[in-house]
This record gives sequence, C-alpha cells and structure tokens, in this order.
Amino acid sequence: MGGHNPHPSPLRGGGQKGEGRSEEGGDLKQFLDCQVLAEGSFLRLACDIAPRLLQGTATTFQLTVLAIGLGLVGGILLALGRVYGNKPIYWVSTAYVQFVRGTPVLVQLFLIYYGLPAFEIRLDSLTAAIIGLGLNSAAYQAEYFRGAIQSISRGQMLAARAIGMTNLQAIRHVILPQALRIVIPPWSNELIYTLKYSSVAFIIGAPELMATGQVIASRNFRYFEVFLIVAFIYLVCVLVISKLLDIAEQKLKIPGLEMR
Amino acid sequence: MAVSSNIVVRIEDLHKRYGNEEVLKGVSFTVRQGEALAIIGPSGTGKSTLLRCINRLTEPDRGRIWLEDTEITSPQTDINAIRQQIGFVFQDFNLFAHLTALDNVRLGLLKVKRLSKREATERAMQELARVGLAEHAEKYPAQLSGGQQQRVSIARALAMDPKLMLFDEPTSALDPELIGEVLQVMQDLAEEGMTMVVVTHEMGFARSVCDEVIFMEKGVIVEQGPPQQVFVNPKQPRTRQFLGKISELYGGT
Repeated sequence: MGGHNPHPSPLRGGGQKGEGRSEEGGDLKQFLDCQVLAEGSFLRLACDIAPRLLQGTATTFQLTVLAIGLGLVGGILLALGRVYGNKPIYWVSTAYVQFVRGTPVLVQLFLIYYGLPAFEIRLDSLTAAIIGLGLNSAAYQAEYFRGAIQSISRGQMLAARAIGMTNLQAIRHVILPQALRIVIPPWSNELIYTLKYSSVAFIIGAPELMATGQVIASRNFRYFEVFLIVAFIYLVCVLVISKLLDIAEQKLKIPGLEMR
Repeated sequence: MAVSSNIVVRIEDLHKRYGNEEVLKGVSFTVRQGEALAIIGPSGTGKSTLLRCINRLTEPDRGRIWLEDTEITSPQTDINAIRQQIGFVFQDFNLFAHLTALDNVRLGLLKVKRLSKREATERAMQELARVGLAEHAEKYPAQLSGGQQQRVSIARALAMDPKLMLFDEPTSALDPELIGEVLQVMQDLAEEGMTMVVVTHEMGFARSVCDEVIFMEKGVIVEQGPPQQVFVNPKQPRTRQFLGKISELYGGT
C-alpha cells in the first residue's frame, strides 16, 4: 500500500495502489480542490470527465504512435540483422530480441524510468514510456518482419542480384516491399496490442488514458463507472484502428502476394 | 546471323563442391559471339551449378571465367557491373511478385542503370513487345500464365542489354502447351544473334536452334560438338545411351 499523497499529480501518484480508497473524509476534502466534480447520474459523470479523458486519450495516441513507429524502424533493422546480418550482427539482434521478449515490460519500463537516472539520464515519464514501449515493440515487430522476409522465396533475391542489384538494393526494392505487405495482418495485432499495453505506462505516471482514469476514479470513488468509460474509449480506439488497417490492407493488396 | 570468332565467355577448369560431393570436376569451354550453346545431360550433373557460376550467383571453388576481357572470377571485379551484362533466366521465372510485368522489366533500368522514368518505360515496353506481351504490361505475375511469366523474365533480362543470356532450364516448370511460346522467343533471340547458353531438356530445340551442344554428366563434359555430330553421330557410348533413353521417353527427337 502506498501512502496517501494529498496532491496526487497524474505524473507520479497514479501508481500508488489503493490511493483514495480511504474512508476518512479529510483526504477526500483535500482532493476536491483539484478535481473534476463528478456527481449525479452516469451520464452526467461521463460528460463531466469526458474532456480530461479525451486529453488522456490524446496522450495515449501520441504514446502509441511514437512507440509503434520506433518499434517499426527498430523491428525492421533487427529483422534484417537476423536474416541477412553477419555473425556479430546476428548475435546482437538475436540477443536483443530474446532479452526483450523474455522479460516483463514493466521491468523494462522501470529500468528506463527509475534505473537510467543512475547514469544521469533523466527522462520524463511520457518519454520514458515511449522509449520503453517502442524498444519493447521493436523486438516483437522484428519477429513478425523476420517471418515475412523468410516467407519470400529465395529466388526473389537471386533474380534481383542477377540484374546487377546490390544486396541493399535488392532488400529495399524487392524484399521489403513484399515483406511489408505480407506482414500487415500480424502487424495489426501488434499495433492494437501496443495501444492497449500503453496503459501500463500509468505505473510510471505517464498522463495517458489509464492514468487519467485512475486519478479521476480515485478522487470520486466511482471506479466502476469511470473504468467502464475508460474501457469503452479503448474499445472504440481498437475498433477504429482495426478498420483503418483493413482498408490499408485492401488498398495495398497485390494479386498473388498474401501470407503463405 | 553467323557466329563470329570473338570469344564472349571463356571458362577454365571450373570446380565446385557441395560438402562431399564434387558437382563440377574441371569444366572448360568457350562461347563465341552470336553462338547458341546448349548444355544437355541427366539431372543433378552440375549443369545449373555451372550456369550459376558464370554470373557468380554460385561462387566456384576453383577455376577462372572471363566475360570478354574481364575476369569474372577475379576478386577485384565488380560483380554487380558484370551481372548487368549477363541476362539470367530462371527455371521458376522468379518475377518480382509485387510488381507488374512493366515494373519487373523497368526496375533494373531505373535502379541499376539509372535511366529516367520515361526512358525506362519506353525501353521496357519495347522489350515486352519483343516477347509479345505489350498488352499485359499492367498485370501482376500471379495474373499471368507460366509461359507469359517466363517471357516477361526474358524481357527483364534483355532490357539490361546483356552481352550474354543464360537460360537455366527455362521450360522445365511449364505445362507442355506453354513450352512452345517460350522456345519461340528464344529461337528468335538466337536468330537475331544473341550469344546464349541454354541448359535444357528440350532436345528438339538444342538440335535445331543451337550451334553447339555440350553433353555433361557427373560434373564433366562427356562430349561436345555441333548438334549434327552430338545427336546423329555421337562419339561417346554414354552420349548415345543418354540420347537413346530420351528418344524412348519422348518418342524421338
């Protein structure tokens, strides 16, 4: 149990389990100064807290997009390292993927947020969350890309080399355009997973949707209703993203080029 | 077109080993400009390996290969520059699956030869017309028949303006009724004077189109000569035996 912080900021206080659950009126009165006053019906509550939750949603989006983007670049490089790299590059990228996939994302976030200051690297909670989730996602995306690259027949690379392309040109113009299309369905899962998993960032106090919901709920003792709304917002986001990815997949579809 | 005396390819004592098996045991021959050379022989005797060694898609263990005056096997040679001058046609086509027929032919012109998009398109369309596929330019490989795919892959190789074309069993993956259209394109090429080396099981093609035939078995050249000699009057008993089996299978060639 964490102690009660009289002024829990969304940046730090969110992680304290049981916060605001006190039955004493004193703490609550102090909370009331800086909170959204949420009384009355569910609908009224929803309207009152909507602006702050939407702010949190915007932060969640920012966190997700930047983390998935960092993971995309990192994932492609790691996958190329594992498929085409020489021994040292292969081992480094494999070790990275194994380490990240073999350890809890919370431990990774704590390493970055609480651990790095020991080396004079102090990141704010949102930056730490973006980097942490991005580096985590890179390992998972690397495996999707690796699978896609390896599903492309070896003849594609041979044909590219046979017309005088360098290895790099062949990867860029022949292998990756195919791999990136093949990878869309599994990659969609990774994007949705990252969006939902960005909620763990509340533990280091990044002011995203989950943290915002946590603060509001704890100040009003309306956990069920607030988290129901939070869940609903996540659900809508996931459905919208799934739809967009479906459309993208259809647009990019090429006859004969599907996940085999 | 007549075969000139200029040598396009010279191969000297080529060796290649996979594990314990030596698939090429010292192969030497030359190909002159305008010559169409057929390499025949049983499967698994190193014919495809030999072909791939010529543009170093497979690295030979020993031996030397020249393309005109450039030694392909020299470590100082820029192999990518050499490969642009050697067209390679694969048994299973290997068209770039994400590109249309036009883009398949255009990619090398744009990215390797660095032509402008207009020039590359013009040249690519020329080559597609040459193999009779201009009207299929916008189709993806999966929308083309095997024979059409192989013709696109020939156009892709020709677009690079090669000094030499290598064909690795170009009709072996095709349905019988599609073989003819590919062989016709190759015959036209030979008649236009393209220098080519064809690994094939199509004895009729080797006999009627090629200027020279090599019979290979177990990593060595068993017999070499003009088709009249190799097919009608083979010197080696092994050649006679092989050709006899083939004509038994296919009812005469």
